[in-house]
Amino acid sequence: MINLSELTIAKARKHLDDGDFTAVELAESYLENIAKKNEEIFGYIEVYSDVLEQAKRADEMIKARKAVSLTGIPLAVKDNMLVLGKEATSSSKILKGHIGTYDATVIAKLKEAGAVLLGRTNMDEFAMGSSTETSAYGKTKNPRDMTRVPGGSSGGSAAVVASDMALGSLGSDTGGSIRQPAAFCGIVGMKPTYGAVSRFGLMAMASSLDQIGPFTKTVEDAEIIFDAIRGCDPMDSTTIPGDLYPKKEEKTKLKIGIPRDFLSMKGLDASMLENFEATITALKNKGYEIVDVSLPYMKYSLATYYILMPAEVSSNLARFDGIRFGLSEIGKDVSDSYKKTRHIGFGEEVRRRILLGTYVLSAGYADAYYNKAIQARKLIRKDFDTAFKDVDVIVTPTTPSPAWKLGAKMDDPLQMYLADIFTVPANIAELPAISVPSGTVKEGENELPAGFHIIAPYMREDILFRVAKDATK
Amino acid sequence: MITTEDIQNLANLARIEVADNETESIRKKMEGVLEYVSEVQGLSKEDESSDTPVIGLNHNVLREDGDPHETGKYTESIVKNAPEKEGNYIKVRKIL
Repeated sequence: MINLSELTIAKARKHLDDGDFTAVELAESYLENIAKKNEEIFGYIEVYSDVLEQAKRADEMIKARKAVSLTGIPLAVKDNMLVLGKEATSSSKILKGHIGTYDATVIAKLKEAGAVLLGRTNMDEFAMGSSTETSAYGKTKNPRDMTRVPGGSSGGSAAVVASDMALGSLGSDTGGSIRQPAAFCGIVGMKPTYGAVSRFGLMAMASSLDQIGPFTKTVEDAEIIFDAIRGCDPMDSTTIPGDLYPKKEEKTKLKIGIPRDFLSMKGLDASMLENFEATITALKNKGYEIVDVSLPYMKYSLATYYILMPAEVSSNLARFDGIRFGLSEIGKDVSDSYKKTRHIGFGEEVRRRILLGTYVLSAGYADAYYNKAIQARKLIRKDFDTAFKDVDVIVTPTTPSPAWKLGAKMDDPLQMYLADIFTVPANIAELPAISVPSGTVKEGENELPAGFHIIAPYMREDILFRVAKDATK
Repeated sequence: MITTEDIQNLANLARIEVADNETESIRKKMEGVLEYVSEVQGLSKEDESSDTPVIGLNHNVLREDGDPHETGKYTESIVKNAPEKEGNYIKVRKIL
């Protein structure tokens, strides 16, 4: 039996290439673990039936010495990415039974690399939520404390990595949906620069904010997956051509900025702040210069997000009408059929966000909400541009508190939304960001994981990974 | 600030049915969120930023039409996902 808890992608690569175990043996170990744990944790909605065949093909690649970084590595995929011939539902009733008609670009890249796709993971319905509780298929539990949420919306992808049911996974991050669950489950979660990774085949939530990124146990592993899935794609015109990416320039000493005024104004737990300061001290001892930075418009990020995101949601989800795919309820006429289908097919959170988006875009309110949010977005971006003239990265805690109890925030959406306060600015400003484990904080009797959040300048994933490695060493 | 009538009106615009017994709870939750996001209205004209693009580095990414995939390559799998079909056609409901 392979010791999965000690295994990383980098280590597994070496073992597979050295012949210590085969991709089939590795996949079998994960399937055994899934059989033991998934019923309780419910990270996976579905475990694929062809895992061992995929692993056999990977073994052939390894034997032929054609292995690349991810050949034979067992990974999980969030339920909003299309895999040819497999079901993909965004954890919504409206897409129950929907079969992918093509591979998303990220999936095509993983398949090409010979990665082994174990299954699809649970998520908040259409990625709308911060706890994975809005899924139509069940609630995922936090492997570090089964009475608590795993975070969201990519809660399943975080839980399967944290419980050794996959070596890594893909999630999508619109306002923190990778970084927040990574922090809650004590693992690494990364959101690349907007345009670094293709979204072709990802079900769109808010197109100006969505990015796909990895969950892993180490920063090195996150970099391995990011390198495998990144790149310009003719099928997603927002992807950045490789030649626009800056050449890496290695500075010897890096400067870290802390937005102190932003940290002090919101409800940040004292224990989280203490945990954050400990990581800062550790980085200082490693030779980093630490300074305060001021981003006066950063405080508008969450409000901006909860205007732009629902606006884009209301438009993107108009396609679910019961005609071309998914659930279809027959009403007395075509309009009634749309209304019934969308009433029964979508959960309350999704419907409420569609209504909110419709409101902020409607004549009479667009100037007060949508257009103001566009103005705020520009100002927030400018804030970051100015700050990055002085510092190399900006850091905060990933979340204001650790994982909360299952059900605790389901009746108060605003409280749920406030969990995104530190992660949203990177999406608004299109910047790469990562959450790395930063030990635990005490809540009552429990030790719960905390995350350390790093934001790097546009297209500077190289700096992001470098600081993230130092923050976890 | 926002009435139950507004909710029904929005629901109609968005083609989503909202049942009578959930209108009030949706209204209340929406009002809380709207109140919070209203803080962007505190931005004044003086805050107006320059001509920074709203999103993305890439603009006007265009290509010539052409090089289509072979006809019918995806037809079967796409039609298979449709709720109602007839042969290679997706059935839609009468509009007029």
